Amino acid sequence: MSSFDEHRQIRESGAAIAGSVGSTALIDEATSELVIVRSQWRSVARRFFHHRVATLALLIFILLALAALGASFISPYDPNPPLTASVLSSARESPSAQHLFGTDKLGRDQLSRILVALGQSLQVGLGVALLSTIIGVTVGSLAGFYRGWIDALLMRFTDLFLVLPALAVLLIAAKNPEPSFFGLFDLPPATSTEGMILLLAALGWMPMARIVRGEYLSLREREFVEAARAAGAGGPRIILRHLLPNSVGPIVVFATLEVGLAILTEATLSFLGAGVQIPAISLGNLIADAEDTVGTDLAYLILFPGLVLFLIVLCANFIGDGLRDALDPRARK
Amino acid sequence: MTRYVGRRILAAIPVLLLASLLVFVLVRQFGADPARTRCQQSRDLKCLARTRVQLGLDRPLPVQYVDFMGDFVQGDWGTSERTDQSVAESIGIALGETAQLAFWGVAFSSVVAISVGVYSANKAYSPGDYFFTGLAFAGIAMPTFWFGLICINYLTFHLKELLNTNEVIFFSIPNATGHGAINGFRELALPVLVLSVQLVAGWSRYQRSSMLDELDSDYIRTARSKGLTRRRVVWKHGLRNSLGALVTVIAIDAGALFGGLIVTERVFSRPGMGTLFLNALGNGDSAVLIPWMIVTGVFIIIFNLFADILYGVLDPRVRVA
Repeated sequence: MSSFDEHRQIRESGAAIAGSVGSTALIDEATSELVIVRSQWRSVARRFFHHRVATLALLIFILLALAALGASFISPYDPNPPLTASVLSSARESPSAQHLFGTDKLGRDQLSRILVALGQSLQVGLGVALLSTIIGVTVGSLAGFYRGWIDALLMRFTDLFLVLPALAVLLIAAKNPEPSFFGLFDLPPATSTEGMILLLAALGWMPMARIVRGEYLSLREREFVEAARAAGAGGPRIILRHLLPNSVGPIVVFATLEVGLAILTEATLSFLGAGVQIPAISLGNLIADAEDTVGTDLAYLILFPGLVLFLIVLCANFIGDGLRDALDPRARK
Repeated sequence: MTRYVGRRILAAIPVLLLASLLVFVLVRQFGADPARTRCQQSRDLKCLARTRVQLGLDRPLPVQYVDFMGDFVQGDWGTSERTDQSVAESIGIALGETAQLAFWGVAFSSVVAISVGVYSANKAYSPGDYFFTGLAFAGIAMPTFWFGLICINYLTFHLKELLNTNEVIFFSIPNATGHGAINGFRELALPVLVLSVQLVAGWSRYQRSSMLDELDSDYIRTARSKGLTRRRVVWKHGLRNSLGALVTVIAIDAGALFGGLIVTERVFSRPGMGTLFLNALGNGDSAVLIPWMIVTGVFIIIFNLFADILYGVLDPRVRVA
């Protein structure tokens, strides 16, 4: 960021405060704090929207998410219709005005099916990112602030998982028809969307925990934490009011990247036969189902679901990149 | 140096032991019941109970683990529950196949990634640099299995039509009848390309940033002001010093390939560790799965160790820590 930008930013946030001063009659500590928080996020948003690729990615991501959300309204056809003669008669039709992405071997409209699959992918991606962030931030906070046995356990545990091939571990665990939480209560199997989210989050929260731990390790030595401690703040208060807000940047960025990673992993598992099973639809099993059309005129059945998958992951990653630049302008070279 | 290496090796042993315990519990807890697998064909109702005793599955899990590890470290890896083949033998064969693919993949990826990384650092923020940055983003977001199928679709089938020949140029499955280097190239070209996408994307970014750091340093400025040409400074001084960081990353990633080529081998129907794993998983063959996981873990640990040592050799300051 140029010094000009910085100057302008300072002026703008100053103007924001001045504006609020003018508009509110009573100014207490709470409102002035609110204004500063909001202007900080506003400058983050401004920096984000300066990143043109990230803005475009966010736009496409929102459009795709809306399309998936409204799939039942905008889908031209039933994604899983009863296989009547009229449906079967329109089998193997190349992309056309009636069927934008063509029809599959049984005459089902590919666009309608991709929209349903996209919704499933987005559910998994966002669900895993949210859940693994909650677990990762909790464990990382405890390990980074209190150190001690939680820290030692976390570090050894992650070391252990780094030694095993991740995809193989996921495939073995996804095979379990009746998963349970250490035998205490039953969990949904990985063939359901919720089960897949739980599985990917249960095996995917460790990098987030390590990132949060690393942030806390450097933050906890800083003066403002010392000051809070001197003022009598306890552990939970220091974590929630001082350490966590200062680590929001890396957490948000990594959670965004986790969305793309989870979508990609779920699709790969699904392609290999784990995860939701036919007749339920996912981008991975759409492609696996059409694998034998490689090299034929029906290869568009592979092309389109993959393109959508690629696009959504690409968008998530670009948004993450834009957020990284926006939240930590100093790290930019 | 010897002390440094020795300390690293000693530190790796408990990790490996714990990982093997984790694998054992994972496969036993989640995987199929080996006795059930054996008794699938049998009509004898007592088969299950008898086989469980025979295989020692009626004993507590810790006892089974100690027993298994005892045999394992002595080289007795047992036989497959499906094919009665020696597990050690089939893993050995699979390792050879995978090593071949991994070797060419790593060789190809490192050459491409280093060239791209040096170019991008040298011409930072030029249109060319942005182009490669975009490509790297695309590579990271690329679903490997889909890219493989697309490559087969276009480079095996459509290329044939385009050139109007009957002969396939790049094979999509191993070609058993052919021999020689040219045949090997046609067979390996697509799998190597597919497995390289993610590696090149990651490594080229890494090389770019470490090269940028080097080019920014004082000794480069000194070399330039001494009158050396820019080309010489970049390739002789900058590249050499920036490679250290990348080489360790390459070593770590290469180790992970022994258990990480599941998708590539599956898409191109190649024999190897990935195919062995998928078959064992499909058959519920835990006698293969457990040693498989341990062997891939050993490879990851060995290559990590190798990276650590390499790092110590390239940068003596690390050894003290």
